[in-house]
Amino acid sequence: MIETRKPKLELLSRELIEQIVDEALTLLERHGVLVENAVAAGLLEAAGAVADRGTGQVRIGRKIVEAALATAPAVITLYDRTGTRSYTVGGDEVHFDPGSAAVALLDHATQSERKATTADLVDFTKLVETLDHLHFQSTGLIAADVPSPLADGYRLYAGLCLSEKPFVTGTFRVESFRPMKDLLAAVRGGEAALRQKPLAIFDACPSPPLKWSHLTSQSLIDAARAGLPSELISMGMTGATSPTTIAGTLVQHVAENLSGVVIGQLAAAGSPIIFGGSPSSFDMRKGTTPMGAIETMMIDAAYAQIGKHLKLPTHAYMALSDAKVNDPQAGFETALGAVLAVLAGINVISGPGMLDFESAQSLEKLVIDDGICAMAYRLLDGIAQRDDPVALGAFEGFKPGMSFLTHPQTRRWYRTEHIPAGLADRDPYEAWVAAGRTSIVDKAHADVARRLKLYAAPPLAAETRRELDRIMAAHGRAAGVGFKPSTLF
Amino acid sequence: MIATEIYPQMTEAIVAGDQDAARRLAEDAVRAGLDLVQVIEQGYVPGLQKVGELWEQGEYFLPELISSAEAMKGAMTVLEPALNRQAARAVMGGRVVIGTVEGDIHDIGKNLVASMLQAGGFEVFDLGADVKMERFIDKAEEVGARMICLSALLTTTMMNQRRLIGLLRDRGLRDKYKVLVGGAPATRKWAEEIGADGFAENAVAAVKLAKALSGRG
Repeated sequence: MIETRKPKLELLSRELIEQIVDEALTLLERHGVLVENAVAAGLLEAAGAVADRGTGQVRIGRKIVEAALATAPAVITLYDRTGTRSYTVGGDEVHFDPGSAAVALLDHATQSERKATTADLVDFTKLVETLDHLHFQSTGLIAADVPSPLADGYRLYAGLCLSEKPFVTGTFRVESFRPMKDLLAAVRGGEAALRQKPLAIFDACPSPPLKWSHLTSQSLIDAARAGLPSELISMGMTGATSPTTIAGTLVQHVAENLSGVVIGQLAAAGSPIIFGGSPSSFDMRKGTTPMGAIETMMIDAAYAQIGKHLKLPTHAYMALSDAKVNDPQAGFETALGAVLAVLAGINVISGPGMLDFESAQSLEKLVIDDGICAMAYRLLDGIAQRDDPVALGAFEGFKPGMSFLTHPQTRRWYRTEHIPAGLADRDPYEAWVAAGRTSIVDKAHADVARRLKLYAAPPLAAETRRELDRIMAAHGRAAGVGFKPSTLF
Repeated sequence: MIATEIYPQMTEAIVAGDQDAARRLAEDAVRAGLDLVQVIEQGYVPGLQKVGELWEQGEYFLPELISSAEAMKGAMTVLEPALNRQAARAVMGGRVVIGTVEGDIHDIGKNLVASMLQAGGFEVFDLGADVKMERFIDKAEEVGARMICLSALLTTTMMNQRRLIGLLRDRGLRDKYKVLVGGAPATRKWAEEIGADGFAENAVAAVKLAKALSGRG
């Protein structure tokens, strides 16, 4: 059998990649990054970087970056809550997770965004648990009824109680990391076990251009020391907070990511780190950051190619839309992003469910997008040779007008070769009219309800659950806001 | 130097967003002892008006808009010190306090509005992002502003725009200030609902609104 070719998108020539990386290294050497965290600045200085104590600017030489790249692992393995199922983050493996962290939910009944509540977060997590093509959960919805000092930890806590999938998460407050790590360790059975089998990825977002805030640096350092993967989220906006050309933005993107790799590796050599981001093609009319713009997707695919060149796992915010409701724009931007992302071989693709410039989630969209992801995965599987010869066997005993419907080869291969339609409409016109002219959004809404009914909580040991509650109670006391376990889960 | 020759050049410098030229022409005007009020009103302001038109026609985008605003600011830094106080009052707008509300760190839109207001002759006190609502009032009181502009990018933080109006009422200062609101989730309806004095959907509209509210429209 001839080996199946995996379809692949590579936007950059090797020459351009090398020049972009070279310029990024020069940028780090010449201008450096602004580091607002004393521990990170100290680590960099100890490694030979030149820090200006007055301005906080730290210039990082090439040798330091090269040393960091040499110790950063090319592949990370994440494990689900049970510790039995593993997910390779590296190579051309592709995993989707919902875009995070939305501040609003698109309410199907009103078709308007509203603040999300704990009940919504619970539904969101349960729903994602049922969606086969979203391999990871994300702590993707900010519940407004949870006191904000507790919010980061609470999202993960709820998720761990309700789901077995690995998580993409992060901190909006420095104090959140500790309880979050404790929650993960409690599920895993200790910090050493967690280090062996990481269950969550932490997002770390540098501020463009070329700045590491106190919060982000600390998250990066804390995660590295705990052996938990960080995902670097550089987010230049072309022509606003990064150069306007795509290649120019890539230089800044690579410089920011590389400085993050350095900080992570200096905190703990060999710690897992992901070359990622959320850059955007800045809209010069509205001053907004469209994630659905084709140029945004081009930047994503290109930096992922550079990440692979540097032998690092990759991430991007793709398969999401800037539309405000589940309209055609929501569909085409999401599908275009999903297809380009899988072709680019991006390991962690954060986006499904997301609308409105990464600010809103939609349960209906999650279901629709799961179908888009299914199509993208199918595309990625490529066209295989199933039989040898390819088709001559199927034509044995050929008669004009013969049907393949009952041919043994059809039964053998059709489920492998073709995926189900999912929610996509494939009715003949009359049937569609007779069925009430239902739109995919209506079908998705019904499917959300069906799935939520279908959801069964994956078993969690009572003792583990008590431990999670204890950690949250202590977190609530420390934050001075208290904590009450939810009656919803 | 003949004013009628230099005015079109000033207009053009603003339209082209050429800060160096805008400054140089202002320096020439000061040296030549031209009537600086006329220089502003007939030389530079028509440039800003033209830029506003080009923006509204969809010809100009943010890079052009902001470059023109910067060019205007460049000219004004030369002209302002040379104006006598009375003349300055005649051409300059009032003082404006602006910022992104508490809990919200988005400041791109707010920066654009601040820049354009400044170019439009207002003296702008930009408090930055994530600004405590009390600070808007304290600053306005301190500098003698007449207008407070509030930006909010999130549906959650836009509630703070409403809160500011309440705070002004509590302190008996509501009628002293014009309150303008903007940002992605804000609408004219929202402005009316919370009792703000106006809403603008972009930086060009914000300057028009501010001028109208301060009687300079």
